[in-house]
Amino acid sequence: MRTIFYIVRKEFKQVFRNKSMLPMIFVMPIIQLLILANATTFEIKNINFGVLDLDKSPLSIRLASKFEASPYFIRTDDPHSQKDAEEGILKGLSKMTLIIPKNFEKDLIKENTAEVQFLINAIDGSAAGLIAAYSQNIVRDFNIDEGMNLINVITPVQTSAISVSYLHWYNPELDYITFMVPGILVLLVTFIGMFLSSMSIVKEKEIGTIEQINVTPIKKYEFIIGKLTPFFIIALFELSFGLFIGKLVFDIPFNGSLTLIFLFAAVYLVAVLSIGLVISTFADTQQQAMFISWFVLVIFLLMSGLFTPIQSMPMWAQRITWFNPIAYFIDAMRMVLLKGSGFADISKHFLIMTVYSTVVTAFAVFRYKKVN
Amino acid sequence: MNSIEIKNIYKSYKDAKALENISFEVKKGEIFGLIGPDGAGKTTLFRILTTLLLKDSGSASVEGFDVEKDYKAIRNIIGYMPGRFSLYQDLTVEENLKFFATIFDTSIEDNYELIKDIYVQIEPFRKRKAGQLSGGMKQKLALCCALIHQPKVLFLDEPTTGVDPVSRHEFWEMLKKLKDKGITIMVSTPYMDEASLCDRIALIQSGRIMRIDTLDNIVSAFPGNLYAVKSGNMIALNFDLKDFSGISSSYIFGEYIHISLKKDNDENMIMEFLKMKGHSDIEISKLQPGIEDCFMELMNNPENR
Repeated sequence: MRTIFYIVRKEFKQVFRNKSMLPMIFVMPIIQLLILANATTFEIKNINFGVLDLDKSPLSIRLASKFEASPYFIRTDDPHSQKDAEEGILKGLSKMTLIIPKNFEKDLIKENTAEVQFLINAIDGSAAGLIAAYSQNIVRDFNIDEGMNLINVITPVQTSAISVSYLHWYNPELDYITFMVPGILVLLVTFIGMFLSSMSIVKEKEIGTIEQINVTPIKKYEFIIGKLTPFFIIALFELSFGLFIGKLVFDIPFNGSLTLIFLFAAVYLVAVLSIGLVISTFADTQQQAMFISWFVLVIFLLMSGLFTPIQSMPMWAQRITWFNPIAYFIDAMRMVLLKGSGFADISKHFLIMTVYSTVVTAFAVFRYKKVN
Repeated sequence: MNSIEIKNIYKSYKDAKALENISFEVKKGEIFGLIGPDGAGKTTLFRILTTLLLKDSGSASVEGFDVEKDYKAIRNIIGYMPGRFSLYQDLTVEENLKFFATIFDTSIEDNYELIKDIYVQIEPFRKRKAGQLSGGMKQKLALCCALIHQPKVLFLDEPTTGVDPVSRHEFWEMLKKLKDKGITIMVSTPYMDEASLCDRIALIQSGRIMRIDTLDNIVSAFPGNLYAVKSGNMIALNFDLKDFSGISSSYIFGEYIHISLKKDNDENMIMEFLKMKGHSDIEISKLQPGIEDCFMELMNNPENR
């Protein structure tokens, strides 16, 4: 015990003597939270769009101005022909061009049906999907409004009897910040846990101190626990610091128990630190450790459900995420913070995470023994 | 009583043979020098004896403890100073020493007597980070850390490589004092001149021990007669000497070429041979062989290839 304590103390001394460490610990969470939380939103506003109005009738003008009035669209292009419109998209003048054909008004009044066309730049598939959805919404609104007007003039139109209204539970305003912050906090904790722990062990290898340690009667488990404990503590500190900033700046809801969050974080960190330990057994230099950590983290991160919902991934990818610890922690965080879930609600997450931690730790110890 | 016993040790890394059939003993309280060029296998042998590396075959023991079965016991009684400075560069002198004292479950105060002579020299810098010390100071600190738990055997792997001559001299003075305290010291070095400071030396080359003895015995066992030769055209001289059948070995040594003559040959025969080859300003003088000459002779000896 005493030996472990001295190793922990030594490790802390080294961490705080490292010039880049303190800024990392304090500045990284602030920057990540402030920038990422505000930047990563799925909404698109101020979409550049153009209108090719071949009809030039009161109705077509009203439709065009309905788009202009929407907060999502800004009219930036004014093509005069189909070719013009396509070129506008090609040149990047607009992301979407609304094409209203000749006889739009006539058809609508006479036949009670008319067609419009959207040309959408779909380089970014998800953005294109959103633009199409926004556009259809506007056209639907237009239908309802004009339909009402037209009723008086021409034939009565059967308007839909069912109207749909939405109520978004747990995040009533669909606030992306509320949704993102818990995820970003997980990211922070994972960064500290995986990078710093793997690099710190490899550093001993790189500068040769591990030789000197190995000829002492120090036991392997004492060394490992002594090396990893500081990062466990720093990561938990990072989590509290991040939660504090999240509350202070973004006023994220704390609907569930914070104790539960920290309990889960502790189990999660055992897994992350063990992954760091495994990485350190594969690397001889800090540079190698860094690259392997990045490789692992990027996969974990992009498949974590932080940026894209896991449900929208193909089935095989969803199966891979079963082995992604970040996915469980992000889900548990969101459930506890936003939904106010208790232990019973996330017990499945807890169980999986505990098993995961145990397996990874066992593997890490096995690897470490074998290599040394 | 022997402190270190090594019998028929073999070790190879994949295809490369690092150690071949190494056997020797080191007596208690002896300074034993392992002398050989880089890549001779010195560090490998050290790593086996300090329980950091497993041998392929053979047996080795330190203070009666087997290096593999009783590795835990060995780690308590040995001090090891690796060739590369391997203390924490970002910790201060004092913190390094204290850290190594605590992991051996002891304290600086309890062992101050042993390290005092060395520690006073670095004490003025005890608040300085180890990474900012000079080469000689680093060696002294490393020696202190290796001694902090009062080891019975000290393993020093090239402790003076890259250290200035004055510090080297001081370092060897310290080793003598430690020897007087009854500590067995096994030290490796690529510097031949340090051989004279050891009680016994082993000459090692390509993973094999060529000779083990005291320096005096090794030197007096030098076969044949040694001469230093010089002439106006050293390059031609080097080639010509290799053609002379009465020479068992020749090699460039500073501004001279050292040659050792086979029996029944003398310097007059060389002189005549060289004159015949057209050399001028020929100088030939008889030499007392040094450790380098012994090493070169052993290296060139076909038995050791």
